[in-house]
Amino acid sequence: MTTEYTKPFPPITDLNRPYFEAGAEGVIKLQSCNSCGNIWFPAAEHCPRCLEQDYEWKPMSGRATLWSWVVMHQVYFKSFKDDVPYVVAFVQLEEGPFMMSTVTGVDREALKRDMPLRATFVPAKEGSWLPVFEPAA
Amino acid sequence: MAFLNEDIAIVGVGTTDFAAQYKERDPSRTSYSLGIDALKQALDDSGLELSDIDGLLCSRMPSYERIGDLVNLRHVRVVNGYEGSGRMAGVVIQHAAALIAAGLATTVACIYGNNGRSAAMTYGGAGAGTPDHLYYDLAYGMTSPGAYVGMMYQRYASIYGAPDGALAPLAISNRKNAALNPIAVMKEQITEEEYLAARYIADPLRLYDYCMINDGGAAIIVTTKERAKNLKKRPVLISASASSGDLTNFYTKPDFFDEASRFVADKVYAQSGLTPDQMDCVQIYDNFTPIMLFSLESFGFAPRGEGWQWIRDGRIELNGEMPINTSGGHTAEGYMQGWALQIEAVRQLRGEAGARQVSDCEIAQYICVSPIVTSHILRRG
Ligand SMILES: [Zn+2]
Repeated sequence: MTTEYTKPFPPITDLNRPYFEAGAEGVIKLQSCNSCGNIWFPAAEHCPRCLEQDYEWKPMSGRATLWSWVVMHQVYFKSFKDDVPYVVAFVQLEEGPFMMSTVTGVDREALKRDMPLRATFVPAKEGSWLPVFEPAA
Repeated sequence: MAFLNEDIAIVGVGTTDFAAQYKERDPSRTSYSLGIDALKQALDDSGLELSDIDGLLCSRMPSYERIGDLVNLRHVRVVNGYEGSGRMAGVVIQHAAALIAAGLATTVACIYGNNGRSAAMTYGGAGAGTPDHLYYDLAYGMTSPGAYVGMMYQRYASIYGAPDGALAPLAISNRKNAALNPIAVMKEQITEEEYLAARYIADPLRLYDYCMINDGGAAIIVTTKERAKNLKKRPVLISASASSGDLTNFYTKPDFFDEASRFVADKVYAQSGLTPDQMDCVQIYDNFTPIMLFSLESFGFAPRGEGWQWIRDGRIELNGEMPINTSGGHTAEGYMQGWALQIEAVRQLRGEAGARQVSDCEIAQYICVSPIVTSHILRRG
């Protein structure tokens, strides 16, 4: 039996598919510029630094730090109604890019600025995965 | 003529009655109609006729063609419609001044109309037309500018030791000022206890840290200092105006908008030859209360990390050392997205602020810290 995925989710495109499918391999993959070495998030057609379109999807280390977070109390989406209050985290990957995510496996009172995190993955819509983070051991 | 030599003046301002519109909540009232009401007031205020207007810049009304037709301004020499975001309020006035200084127009009507409350709009969630890149955040339930600001404040509070309730004086001061402003929406006073007892929206931010959603219109007429001489009111001169983008994928900025803000601050203080302590009042874009701290610190009113202490003990209140958001700001007067804050600066400089008048107000500053940081320094002409 499959249950319908009701949370907001990006339309999967040829551009962003490698990002959302990489979770199956247990890694975060981001675009890396073959011309200048820049790494960026979210998916874009050009390297934002040199504007070349020559890139490949490279696995990241999965290591990150917790820049900050909020605990969302307001229900903005019906699909999150049963989740409030929930943690949204702004994390910085070791490789540089920032991303929104959440932190699991820890009481929210135990969240600390700049705490080290590591990526783990939860299944999302139709074969896609979302990276989430847990405290690094 | 130069844009930065006090050659450009604000000569007419108009606002609708935000309190009345909040009560009425009339869904048949369009953003055009609210903007036109404000324009009519601004024309009366200036002594200008519609036929004197040769530039039209509007924001948050769906079509500049429609507004042009509705106010019979067919052949304006400059015209544009700006997106309905609050960061545009300062941009529009700055562009009006620059277009006049460049000789492309003489007298520009800047008009804003917002029917967001009666049309039941929200700042958050997703709908048709949500750009793909935002879904990366929405997937985690992340939405609304306030939550992005909440993330900055969580980090700020942790680094600089701001305790729970550190933002309360901002919300309380805004309410005090609103009580003296007939058109303000939220005139009820709040205590620190009530502030702390209010529900969280995105913890660490609570209800009273948030601007409201309300309907209203605002209009500002800009012209040359020469033209201003023969008009009804004492002109308000634009002594300085500057802007800077801070454009990234997230409203949460790792430096709390500091680099962009300092650039703008350096420009406006250099242009005007003034310093922060010389301002008689400051109108700060307060979509969420932490932005006021970031603004005060990056613009040099308070040292970095000490804004939350600087605002305490009445310093920012009407009779304090540096009155801030004298109309009640976005959390109490109404969320006219920066437009009414600029108008409040004009009214203070003209001595028209009634019970909330800052005594002998000669110099006022507008600051908007956002993905487009803007600031003007305005002087009584
Ligand atoms: Zn590149």
